[in-house]
Amino acid sequence: MITTLFYILSAITLATAFLTILSKNPIHSAIYLVLCFFSIAGHYLMFNAQFLAIVHIIVYSGAIMILMLFTIMLMNLNKEDEKNKSVLSRIAAVVSFCLVALVLLATFIKAEPQMSRYYASGEDYQSIKVLGQVLLNDYMVPFEFASVLLLVSMIGAVLLSKKEYING
Amino acid sequence: MENILQQIGIENYIYLSALLFCVGIFGVLYRRNAIVMFMSIEIMLNAVNLLLVAFSTYHQDAEGQVFVFFSMAVAAAEVAVGLAILVAIYRNLNNIDIDNLKKLKG
Repeated sequence: MITTLFYILSAITLATAFLTILSKNPIHSAIYLVLCFFSIAGHYLMFNAQFLAIVHIIVYSGAIMILMLFTIMLMNLNKEDEKNKSVLSRIAAVVSFCLVALVLLATFIKAEPQMSRYYASGEDYQSIKVLGQVLLNDYMVPFEFASVLLLVSMIGAVLLSKKEYING
Repeated sequence: MENILQQIGIENYIYLSALLFCVGIFGVLYRRNAIVMFMSIEIMLNAVNLLLVAFSTYHQDAEGQVFVFFSMAVAAAEVAVGLAILVAIYRNLNNIDIDNLKKLKG
């Protein structure tokens, strides 16, 4: 049951990721990417990490994809007039994809016998309560710096996308 | 729902994340549209996040998930600034084909 669910979710994740890259229209890419993010949230739910799944849906499927869709529509890019790369560089992309996948998978398949068996101790480690304690006790300073980072990026985005007036 | 890693095993998650990361690399190399390249970068970040959560469950340690929160915050900041840069590029060039951005090429 869970194994079948895992394989279905993984197939959806990989297929929508490929469709994101291969579809010509950027709007379709964005829709496929939302599906990909939802299936990854499903993986998080299977790990019983509910808070992370919710945050993932809100941040990625909500905020980031809305931002991307707005940008696509603002630039009026939802037409399929993109010139393709040259055949040579596309073949190079496919070959390098295959090589990287081969090397990574071969490494991890070779490393599999070295992994220790999974042992469940049964203690609570990923409820919202425990996560909040870890986040605000041990990781207080990075948490505050993350808020500073978000503020800085907001100011930077506003400054960058403001129209520049030529003084004179 | 007893425990997912006992039934599936960490290695399948490692393979899935590795493949997803490779798909992201493929997207960055294959497309010319800068927005789709951004989406590929998001796919790569998500592959890493998925593996972090998997190992957080494997070691039964909450710190992996906390790290995923920070990585999500950084990804959100990166997308905001990156899309602002794309808007600025679009204003100057009227397209966002990255092959037109060759002025830094010396």
